[in-house]
Amino acid sequence: MIGNFFDQFWSLTFGGLSLGFIYILIALGYTLVYGVLRMINFANSEIFMIGTFATVIVVRDLYKFTQSSEYATGFRLWLILGTALLITMIVSGLLSMVVELVAYRRLRRRNSGVLAPLISAIGVSMVLAESVRIMTDSRPVASPRAMEKSFIGKFFDADIRLDNTIIVIAALLLFFALWNFINRTRLGKAIRAVSMNPSAAKLMGIDIDKIVSATFLIGGVMTGAAGFFYVLKYENTASSIGFELGIAAFTAAILGGIGNIKGAFFGGLALGLLETYASFFLGTQWKAVTVFILLVMVLYTRPNGLFGESITQTRV
Amino acid sequence: MINIRDKGAEVWENSGRTGRIAIATLAFAVVASLPFMGGTILNTPIASYESVLVYPIAMFVLMAIGLNIVIGKSGLLDLGYVAFFAIGAYTMGLLGTKTGLNTWEILPIGIAMSMFAGLVLGVPALKLRGDYLAIITLGFGEIVRIVALNLGALGRSEGIIGIPTPPPVFGIEFSFDSHRVYYWTLLIMILLAIWMVRRLSARRAGRAWESIRQDEDVAELLGVPTFRYKIWAFVLGASVGGAAGVIYASKTLFIAPDNFTLQISILILACVVFGGMGNIWGVILGAVVLGYLPDRIRFLSEARLLVFGLVLVLMMNLRPDGLLPRKKREKAIKAKEAA
Repeated sequence: MIGNFFDQFWSLTFGGLSLGFIYILIALGYTLVYGVLRMINFANSEIFMIGTFATVIVVRDLYKFTQSSEYATGFRLWLILGTALLITMIVSGLLSMVVELVAYRRLRRRNSGVLAPLISAIGVSMVLAESVRIMTDSRPVASPRAMEKSFIGKFFDADIRLDNTIIVIAALLLFFALWNFINRTRLGKAIRAVSMNPSAAKLMGIDIDKIVSATFLIGGVMTGAAGFFYVLKYENTASSIGFELGIAAFTAAILGGIGNIKGAFFGGLALGLLETYASFFLGTQWKAVTVFILLVMVLYTRPNGLFGESITQTRV
Repeated sequence: MINIRDKGAEVWENSGRTGRIAIATLAFAVVASLPFMGGTILNTPIASYESVLVYPIAMFVLMAIGLNIVIGKSGLLDLGYVAFFAIGAYTMGLLGTKTGLNTWEILPIGIAMSMFAGLVLGVPALKLRGDYLAIITLGFGEIVRIVALNLGALGRSEGIIGIPTPPPVFGIEFSFDSHRVYYWTLLIMILLAIWMVRRLSARRAGRAWESIRQDEDVAELLGVPTFRYKIWAFVLGASVGGAAGVIYASKTLFIAPDNFTLQISILILACVVFGGMGNIWGVILGAVVLGYLPDRIRFLSEARLLVFGLVLVLMMNLRPDGLLPRKKREKAIKAKEAA
């Protein structure tokens, strides 16, 4: 078993890395909204699910790919991947803004605590998941393969797959774009201000509603990108997928310390790798249990997550 | 909108002892005779009306009362309440099929098992901040289901079949299709739970929970042993869930991991918030509405959960404090703080 593990270590690691980057992007959706509103955006998982469907629709219907089409190559391939990613990000981002309008805005204005928005977000995610479930007859939807999953090199005997490489590089770029956006731009500064102290930010002339809307948009865009990468890697989706990955990504956000962008990065990475290794040793059915025990252990020793904010006062 | 809760409280306050007894008896009689009203507008299309009364309605009411101790009374966000329900049900399933014990003998064991699970989960989890507590409990709910799904002793995905029905009590037979008897059993358990919660609320524990919910740090500074009372709330909530699980298993005679999904936790939480957190009558009303609604609108078949989601969103936007909110006085304090 151990010997096998070392033989497969690098190929497991590459798979785990790309899964980890998918988690990072979804976790960013949770963490950004949490940072600004101190609320769990329960509907984020369904934004991800809609994102995966947006990608499938672009590849299947816009570019007329079927299960038997030939792989796209060269410029055409990058064009297809680029438009699919862009459209998915736009769709998810806009949807995320709509979710904020419908589920949060009115309640936020009325200052009605944490639980009421949580329930209305649960309502919204039920509506999203159920409409897709009805439209797809509860069946998983396969995405036609537009890209050949060729091996682009070897690393310690492990094949480096093209799709995994694209995911890691593109997700890294997105992450650094977000990092710079939050830390360097005026809007990013406003988001940080609202997250530190909403009332002071308001007094400084920041339009809170606009900032919250922008945060949901950015969170949705990141989550949508995760949807695109998921389809690229696994080539299928289903209406129930949001829930499964949403929980894992949320765990990742907590693991790193929710409300903290750096935390989402390391939490997502750690979770992706650990899940992959745990599945190898114990079988995929126990991976959720391993992750959970790990989470409890981390939180028990570091109650704010690995990189958590030190605002110990915040609670439900 | 008129405040039904205040109106109700007013009528109750203003009636004398005999008036109160009359109101309580009448209410009990109406609730107890619900199984006979199947022919009226209350009837549920497709699903049998009497079985809907048992599960989900009565079962949801019982669980919502239990969860209300945790969320409504002491303000701890528990998203994995289904775990305790599952532990109760699996205790019944295992002991009922493997040993000769009957339901009434297993009931205290099931309650003890879920209380123990509540303790084991609560001791590490309740030291954490609220949002983390939410995810830990949510994870726990899933873990219990996954363990049941993968452990041979618990029957994996096939679950446990052939769970015995309870033995007769005072000559009343429990059989698979005697929904009424189960309904009345649950009704008695609900009354016991209401009594327990009301007694506790009026005493030291209730005051401690209230103070924890409003401000944990202040409570701690004033000498309330907050951690101990949080554990108590958690464990008591778990005990009610476990009791519901035992009855559930001996009613359906068959349990499988699919009966204990996160959706149940979310639904019970929705019952509590929808009805009005902290107010036991509100919680009961919420559970009745949310248990009943999906089956009443079953003619929408495919779209019924979709409509249910819409109702949740609308309801929360229009009445964020639930159908029967907590006392007005508290709302006034809250408004003052917000201003």
